[in-house]
Amino acid sequence: MVALPYVWLMLFFVVPFVIVLKISFSDVDLAIPPYKPLLDWVGKNSLAIKLNFNNYAFLFTDSLYLRAFANSVKVALISTLLCLIIGYPMAYGIARSRPATRSVLLLLVILPFWTSLLLRVYAWIGLLKANGVINNVLLSLGLIHEPLTMLYTPFAMYIGIVYSYLPFLILPLYANLEKMDWQLLEAAEDLGSRPWQAFYKITLPLSRNGILAGSMLVFIPVVGEFVIPVLLGGPNVLMIGRVLWDEFFSNRAWPVASAVAILLLILLVPFMMWYQSVQARESAGTR
Amino acid sequence: MASTSGAVTKPKLWDDPNARPYVQVDRVTKTFGDFKAVDDVSLKIYKGEIFCLLGASGCGKTTLLRMLGGFETPTSGKIIIDGEDMTGVPPYERPVNMMFQSYALFPHMTVEQNVAFGLKQDRVPKAQIQERVATMLELVKLQDFAKRKPQQLSGGQKQRVALARSLVKRPKLLLLDEPLGALDKKLREHTQFELISLQDKLGVTFVVVTHDQEEAMTLASRIGVMNHGEIVQAGTPSEIYEFPGSKFVADFVGSVNMFEGKLIEDEPQYVRIGSEELGGVIYVSHGISAPPGATVWAAVRPEKIFMSTAPPAGTDNSARGAVQDIAYLGDLSIYLVRLPTGKVVRVTQPNTSRHAEAITWDQQVYLSWDATSPVVVTR
Repeated sequence: MVALPYVWLMLFFVVPFVIVLKISFSDVDLAIPPYKPLLDWVGKNSLAIKLNFNNYAFLFTDSLYLRAFANSVKVALISTLLCLIIGYPMAYGIARSRPATRSVLLLLVILPFWTSLLLRVYAWIGLLKANGVINNVLLSLGLIHEPLTMLYTPFAMYIGIVYSYLPFLILPLYANLEKMDWQLLEAAEDLGSRPWQAFYKITLPLSRNGILAGSMLVFIPVVGEFVIPVLLGGPNVLMIGRVLWDEFFSNRAWPVASAVAILLLILLVPFMMWYQSVQARESAGTR
Repeated sequence: MASTSGAVTKPKLWDDPNARPYVQVDRVTKTFGDFKAVDDVSLKIYKGEIFCLLGASGCGKTTLLRMLGGFETPTSGKIIIDGEDMTGVPPYERPVNMMFQSYALFPHMTVEQNVAFGLKQDRVPKAQIQERVATMLELVKLQDFAKRKPQQLSGGQKQRVALARSLVKRPKLLLLDEPLGALDKKLREHTQFELISLQDKLGVTFVVVTHDQEEAMTLASRIGVMNHGEIVQAGTPSEIYEFPGSKFVADFVGSVNMFEGKLIEDEPQYVRIGSEELGGVIYVSHGISAPPGATVWAAVRPEKIFMSTAPPAGTDNSARGAVQDIAYLGDLSIYLVRLPTGKVVRVTQPNTSRHAEAITWDQQVYLSWDATSPVVVTR
């Protein structure tokens, strides 16, 4: 039973990772699969191993890749910030509501998960497109005279990302705030804090772990996000997930695509480790 | 158990009609929906007092305290502190600090930072903050724990941090919500006296909420006994104990034997009450104001009843019964004596001698008391 998590990890993480790592060091080939094996028999009794580092070197020579990485991190940062600004008051409100109201509000947060992500993103296309719901309503109200261009802009992409990832921020933050002793705020007010000062000096520092955990749960997946930028952001949004897709399926450059994937992983590992340590601290109850 | 606090020797401001009350609660009512938590309460508290609000849980004492602190707004009536009307003044602008029952220490701050918090909010100069915090920590004997976090402290230490934090701003009024409730018995007794000497030293007016009558008796200069949102009686601990104004107060503060009866003689100097419960007559050496024939109750404290194996002189204020149960508490013993009427009377006797001739179970004994002992209440 103890070994089960390791078997799981082996099967679904280590093995695929090793395969991708292996491909990232191979040469491209016009074959199926489209790369050459690393190991080759040369002569009768000798096995040669050939590691091709060009795939990685290539990522640093063509500026496209670094720009894509940088832009992905930027999009992830902005999305996380937007999620925090919108999600913190929501988590706070839920945590401070009466228990009966609370379960209803939590259900509302989780409810969108019951539909497929793809379906929900397509629904946003229907809302945002030139003759979509929003434009039609604004036009019929006479507030605008020409449809606004919203779809296939960064604006649409951020809407999609924030909408999809908000629950990932709200839930851990709520779990943290729900444990908060609200009498501490009364104590702070009693000692001379205005309500906003009490929030800044007591609630905010005490919810730090919740903020960090929620932010990581948004930031990490958004860096590699593919579906939402493609469907809502349009062709001009440069994200690393999309570069990966193009290399893999359009260019059939599996080795370069694998190198991109490995680099993305290396970029995200420190954040994942940070998230882990925050989680450990949170469950240990120290602040 | 009677008052041991130093306040007794202070001038009794509450008896002086010209004295200016420091805190005035003026016809305050607080309702939550249909529920009247505090019902038309008026109180005058004087400077330097330790005023205890005593009552069972749900009697409204905490709501009244929270209104003094500004955490609840009175539905009607007003609260005046040192001449200033507190209506509409938020907690952070009141010259009042509160020590919470849970202590509400900030878990992410050290002891020092907790105590300094209020001073920082008031933008007191840094050097002065340091000095005042150090003095305060010394006063509560926590100078060696300044850098600790609250979760590294014992219950008693947390209590002292909370006290230091609420006193460091030198409030005009300190509110204490069950200040000793979370401490064990030995520590509680010790802390009670510490609290009194601290209050004496600083001269801050205290309002204490407690459900523990012993705590109220020890701490208070005066006690306000609350029931169903009303103050049923306010007075010094000995007044409350020796002259309870109602059955509720007599019963709530200390233990008491209550004999129901009818007034048969009502003179200015004395009354006589015929009590079926006692199976005899109770003679009380003070007059009361009730119509003859009215139903009244005579309350006799267990320690004021004499118990002997020989019959007492006279027939009033006496009864005969059998010892039903004995509880030996070391310093004193409690005897439950069953009268022929079925009424069980509680008697306490100090164990003054180590080898006294012991009264045992089922023994026939005589009970009697002085004419000055009973208190007659009419409600």
